[in-house]
This record gives sequence, C-alpha cells and structure tokens, in this order.
Amino acid sequence: MSRNGLLIDYEFCTGCHSCEAACKKELNLPAGKFGIKLAKNGPFKLNEVDDKWELTYVPVPTQLCNLCGDRVASGKKPNCVQHCQASVIEYGPVEELAVKLNNKARQVLFIP
Amino acid sequence: MSDDKKAQGNSGKVQWQEGDLTVTRTCSWTAPGCHDGCSVLYYTKGNKLVKVEGDPESQYNFGRLCMRCLNQPELVNDPNRVKWPMKRIGERGENKWERVTWDEAYDIIEKNVRNIWRDYGPESIVTAIGTGRNTWSIVPKLTYSAFKSPNFSMGFLAGDSCYLPRAAAMGTMIGDFFIVDASQLDERRYANPEWKRPECIIIWGNNPIISNGDGFLGHWIVDMMKMGTKLIVVDPYLTWFASRADYWLQLRPGTDATVVLAMLNVIIEEGLYDKDFVDKWTYGLDKLAERVKEYSPEKAEEISWVPAEKIREAARFFAKAKPASVQWGLAVDTQRAGVSVANGICALVAITGNLDVPGGQHLIRTAFGVDRLAHVSSDWGYGELSPEMRAKRIGTDKYPLFKYGLCATARGDSVLEAIETGRPYPVQMYWFESTNLFICTASEAKRVYKAMKKVPFVVCVDPVLTPSAVAFADLVLPAAMSIERSSLRTWWTPLRSISKILQYEDCKTDEEICLDLGKRLNPEQFPWDTVEDMIDWALKPAGVTYKELEAKVMMWPEVHYKKYEKGLLREDGEPGFNTDTGLVNLYQDIFDEWGLDPLPSHMEPPYSPISTPQLMKEYPLILTAGSRPWEFFHSEHRQSATLREFHPNPRLTINPETAEKLDIKDGDWVWIENNLGKVKQVAVLDPGIDPRVVHGEHAWWFPEKEAAEPTLFGAFESNINILTTQCTTGPTGYGAPLKNTICKVYKA
Ligand code: SF4
Ligand code: SF4
Ligand code: SF4
Repeated sequence: MSRNGLLIDYEFCTGCHSCEAACKKELNLPAGKFGIKLAKNGPFKLNEVDDKWELTYVPVPTQLCNLCGDRVASGKKPNCVQHCQASVIEYGPVEELAVKLNNKARQVLFIP
Repeated sequence: MSDDKKAQGNSGKVQWQEGDLTVTRTCSWTAPGCHDGCSVLYYTKGNKLVKVEGDPESQYNFGRLCMRCLNQPELVNDPNRVKWPMKRIGERGENKWERVTWDEAYDIIEKNVRNIWRDYGPESIVTAIGTGRNTWSIVPKLTYSAFKSPNFSMGFLAGDSCYLPRAAAMGTMIGDFFIVDASQLDERRYANPEWKRPECIIIWGNNPIISNGDGFLGHWIVDMMKMGTKLIVVDPYLTWFASRADYWLQLRPGTDATVVLAMLNVIIEEGLYDKDFVDKWTYGLDKLAERVKEYSPEKAEEISWVPAEKIREAARFFAKAKPASVQWGLAVDTQRAGVSVANGICALVAITGNLDVPGGQHLIRTAFGVDRLAHVSSDWGYGELSPEMRAKRIGTDKYPLFKYGLCATARGDSVLEAIETGRPYPVQMYWFESTNLFICTASEAKRVYKAMKKVPFVVCVDPVLTPSAVAFADLVLPAAMSIERSSLRTWWTPLRSISKILQYEDCKTDEEICLDLGKRLNPEQFPWDTVEDMIDWALKPAGVTYKELEAKVMMWPEVHYKKYEKGLLREDGEPGFNTDTGLVNLYQDIFDEWGLDPLPSHMEPPYSPISTPQLMKEYPLILTAGSRPWEFFHSEHRQSATLREFHPNPRLTINPETAEKLDIKDGDWVWIENNLGKVKQVAVLDPGIDPRVVHGEHAWWFPEKEAAEPTLFGAFESNINILTTQCTTGPTGYGAPLKNTICKVYKA
C-alpha cells in the first residue's frame, strides 16, 4: 500500500497560519508545539532591475503530524488541508501527488 | 460504508451527532471574529463549545477558516467574560462593580433616558459602535427608535474614516455600492458560465487576505490568481499580494489621490478609456480631464514617491485589462483627501467600462433586499424621526455630505467637540456597544479618554470587560457572542441564518437588548413580541421565516449584470444609475452646491514632509499604522492564549537600514514618539517597508494586566492612537490622517 503525503503549492501559500492553528486544535497541542510550522523566506529584492521580490512561506510538518489518521478514517480531509485558506495543501497517496508535483513549479511534497 | 459516503452522511443537515459532540451548521458573525460571516460547523457538548470547523459544503468559504474562528472556543469559553449586568460602585476606573439583574439595569437606563428627554432632549444621547457587525443595524434602531435620538456614531473615529468616505463617494457618484466580482453572487461561484475571471485587480490600501473587509473574503483573490488574475498593488508596504503583483506602487502614506489622478491622467490622455460607456453613461468627463491635467505622473512622483513610469505602466495595464476591478480598503478613507481618493477610484473603474460587468466592479445590494439585522444598515428607524430631530444630528450643520452619504452617522469628531464644549448641545448619555473607544477607533486617545470622563451617564455593552468599560462605564451589560445569538447575515450575499446554540451566563444578545429597551421606551416602534418575530419581519422580502431559513442555512439570490442597462437600479424602473443625473457623476454638481470641490484633488496630511518640513527635523519618520494582523480583529482576541503565542506583543515594522542608523535590532522594544505622546512596541526589521516610513500596530491592550486605573489593562503603553489626531479632517468632514502622521523612533 502506498504511503500518504502532503503536497504543498507554496507559490500561493499566504502565510495565514490557519494550517498551524488547525493542527494545534486537532492534535490538542500546548504552546510551543506544532504539528506543522511555517517557514519563511524573505522579503528581499530578487534583483535591482525589475523590482521583483522573494516572499515565500512553506508549512513544514513536524514529527507530531500523524496525517490526521482519525479524521481521515471518518471521511474528512486532514484539518490543515480543509482549513488552508489558499487551498494549497493536498493530501493523498504519494504516487498520485508525485504526478501533480511534476505538473507545476514552486511545490513541495512532504511524507511526514 | 466507504469514507466518502460516511462524510456525506451529514450532507445538507443542519444538526447531527458525532460521538458525544453535537455539530451545528451555521454562520459566524462576531463576536469574536471580523467583518465577515464565514460558514462554520460548531462542535458543542452540552452548553460548551468544543471546536469550530469550516463548513465544507459552503460555497462562501469552501470549508476554510482563518485562525481567529479556529480559536473561537478560547474566546467563547473565556472565564473572564462579562457574565451579568454590573453597576459601578467605586469611582470610574476603580473596577468595582455590583451585580444587578437585567430589570434593575433596564430601570436605571429608563430613568436616565426619560430624565434626559425631559431636561435636555433626546439628542443629548449619543450611541457608538465600532465596525461592521450586526450592531451596525441594531444600534441605529436602538438609537433612533428607543432613545429617539439622531446621534448614532462610529465612536470617535476621526473623519468617520472607515468605509464611510468610500460610501459617500459611491453614493453621490454611482448611486450604489460596488465590490470586486469573485462570483460571490452565484452559488456555482467560479463555475457560473456568465462570470469572467478578472484579468487584473488593483489592491488599493488594504491586505484583504487578512482584513476581509466590507463583505469580501480576501482569499477569493488568491483563488482567482491561481486562475490567472494579475495584480497591481498600491501600498506603502510589501504585502504578500505586493510580492506577487505585476506592479507594486509603493507610495508615501496619505498621497493616494495623486496616484489615482495621475493614472486617470494617463488613461484619458492616451484615450484608453471605454468611449462607448463614457458617452452613454457618464457625466462630466471633459471637466475631469481638465482637472487631471494638473496631475502628471511626474507631479505624482514628486509627492507620492512612486516612479512616474511605473504609474504610467500600471495605468495602461489596468485600462487594457478586461474585465478589471479595484479591491479598495481602509487606507483610502484614512486621509484628509479620503473622499477624493474614493472619487478618483470610482472614476477609474467607471471610465474603463468595468462597472457591473462579469468579473468587474459589481454593483451590489443585499441578498433578497434583506438588510435589517442582517446588514450594516445604519438607517433603520431613522426615517421615523421628525425632520426637526434629524436636523440635530451632530456634525451635519457644518458637513452637508454627512446628510447624503449612503451611511448616515453623527460625525465622530463633532461628537468629541460637543462633549468638550457643550456645543451645539451637551452630551448627557453615551452608550457604546462592542467598541473599545480610546483603545481602538479613536485617535488622540488621551484627549478622548479625558472627554469621556465628563459624560454624566455611560453604558457599555460588550462580551468582555475592556479598558473603555472600566474607565468610563456606569453600567456594563454582557453581550452574547455569535454562537449565543439568533440572527441574520447578508452583507452582501448569500442570505445566512445565525443560530443560537449556547447560553453564556446572563448574557443577552444585541437584538434582545434592543427589543427589551424599545418595548419599554417606545413600544409603537417595536411591534414584535420576540426577537424571532423581529427576525421574521426582517426576512419578509426573502419570503421565508427564520425557522425555514435555518433549515436551509443559506439562500443564494440571482445575479444580474449590467443592471443599469436593464432598469434594475432606479426606483422609476428606467435604465441608468441611481443618481440625480441617472449617470455616473464624474463631475459632481451637488458638491458645487455644498461649496465643495466637485472634482477630486490631493490634500497633504497635516503633518508631512511637505506640510511641516520644520517638524520633520524632530520627527523624521512617517508613521503609518493599523494594518491588520492575522491573529486579531481590532482590539479583540488579545485574551486567546494561542493567538498570543503567535503574536505576543505589538510590533513596529521598520526598514533594516533605518534600524541600523538608530541602533535598533530585531526584537528590541522601541519608543515611538511625536508631539502628542509616546508609546512602546517591539521592532520588527523588514525591508518591505520604505526606509522613510515605519508602521505601528493599533488597538493594543493587555487583558493579562491590572484592570483598574492607572494601569487600565496597559491602555496607554502601546496604543498607537496616542500619536494620531482628532478633528483634522478634510473639507468634506470625512477622512482623517490616521495612517499618515510623523514620529521619531528610539530604543526603549
Ligand atoms: S495532517 Fe493533520 S496532523 Fe498533520 S499537519 Fe495537518 S492537521 Fe496536523
Ligand atoms: S493555511 Fe495554507 S495558506 Fe495558510 S499558511 Fe498554511 S499552507 Fe499557507
Ligand atoms: S474571516 Fe476569519 S474571523 Fe472572519 S468570519 Fe471568516 S473565519 Fe471567522
């Protein structure tokens, strides 16, 4: 049986923290602990010529992430996946996600 | 049963069990929360909220939620909420209270109101709310019909600088409100075949993914970006949207008018406007064209710091994109030229032919015409006041636009002056409902604090004990939160029911308090036995009862485009816009009649490099303030442990170059100071802000600190509005420099 993972389209991750908060609620985590945590790059100017900037957020699952086993068993999406305000987290079998990973740049696939 | 089937087992249901939890499908509209009304599933056990999830079946938020609603249980279950009516027994500010019954509280209010009616007249009663919530419908009704006063206000909000300048501009120019069309009018949403993806959206002076203002959910723009929508962002700060925009116009705060007028200059001069639309549907383009000649991109660059070439390119890009729209926000309002900026933006979307086209700037009214209880309808009960009483509304004598805007209020600055001077008449009673006066909405916080101490009788209605309640209130009434309230939501669409699921202690809903007092003070204007009767009445235009709506959870109206061609906007049923000319007024005759400039123009902030070059030596930085953080809605949410884990302290955003010169490191506490005072925040170094500008957070207080004065929950420690000014609006009376003053910054 295939493993499951989380595919993240970080081009559109807005850094809204909903995944972190939703996960904290799902796993009932105290202050200081996270099942998924945002990493941030930037902001910095990519070059002086065309005024384009790097400002990127990527949520990274921690070892506490259990891929929402109970929720998924009851037919729901993982809590971070459902609540992600930009709908950039997708849950599923790694083979399927890997195909999608190949379709678009600025994505990352996590297998927690 | 397959997983899919199990999950679908509750499809369409309003309430069901999951293990020992009861799940209810409804809508949440503050408190706690924000302007918006996302669809939620409340998980409760007995009388306790256990968790909140988004409703995956809702075509409004598609199951998604922001961290504030996810953290609702911490706010709803907070043991420090106001539990029952409380009468002050110590001095104001001592935080000493005695529990009273609702009847005792109502007796005190009734006695005071009747005495004031007799001795001073109803106009001596002023009421206040904070921002766009259900109170914006209920409190007007309470004010006009129960207290019989014309003075419903947005607290001391200087220049009524929150949506009202924009509303005033839309009112006189277009005759209707407009909103970015994210297909939120149609249940099929992005799949509606009539809808078109906007090719370009300008995000002007707001960060809608956080603020979700004015009945619009910001992440809809992210949805559309994924489909290919391009952005222009006008903002002094590199927001997430700005980092992904084709054009980011990083302007000096408070100079927006020059940018929009220069864009109009380019579009008109280069003939990039929609000639057909302009000929048929607008009035006064020639005069506008004359005016914008004064605003070349080069002139705009001098004032706004935005490179002229960038303004040109952005203007062309916007004009050529079809359809296109503008998502505008609070920064439009918070400047002396606020109405002009709004006029300019209205002209921009009109002459480019984007009004009411699919994917353009939708002319929007509430779903099914339901606006009482459900919408920010500030006129409920106003029409029943006598013309003499209406004429007494504070501020309208000097500022006629306040009489005619789409939202009628007593003008905040003028109320402050009335309290201070007793002119045009003294304020004897002040009622504030879910607003945290000098902590949040007011500028020049210390002045407002001092004034409020003078008002003889003060009532606060709020779910939590705020610094404003402790400092001023003689009586505090406990307001129910959204999950404890039966009510409605449209603003704008769809029509949603809000279901009462819990009862917290002795709390009453805003609706109940209004009806109870209305029946005591002016029963003819409150012909309902129960709140449910009142809701059923409000629902009449939709042809459903509250019970029927609750069973459906929400109802979607039909969407109509180009309503001005179809005779759907005017009362006379003729084609055209709902204005005096029937056209979009690019030139406003009515302004001429009022002695105001009928065309938009720039006006410098009162403190700025151009207005006060001498003072800049002492206060060399431009201070902008009040951008929304993810965690909090204005002064709400500071009690939530989780949200404070993410955001423990107020933040001052400063460019690393500037910080280095001032020897400030990331995480240092710093003083922000100007001629009005100083406050402390934590420096965050961020190259996304111009080195000449700093940004301070607003509405900070610390529920964990001592409530009694002088601490007052830390009310004066980090409150950025100690540095902003009251009574410095532009000539229309709307728009004040809340986001564009000056300061110096140094290590604390
Ligand atoms: S899948 Fe579940 S456990 Fe894993 S990060 Fe998301 S919410 Fe947390
Ligand atoms: S919820 Fe989604 S958009 Fe928000 S921070 Fe997490 S991944 Fe990014
Ligand atoms: S935007 Fe956030 S706080 Fe506002 S209603 Fe939606 S989830 Fe709640």
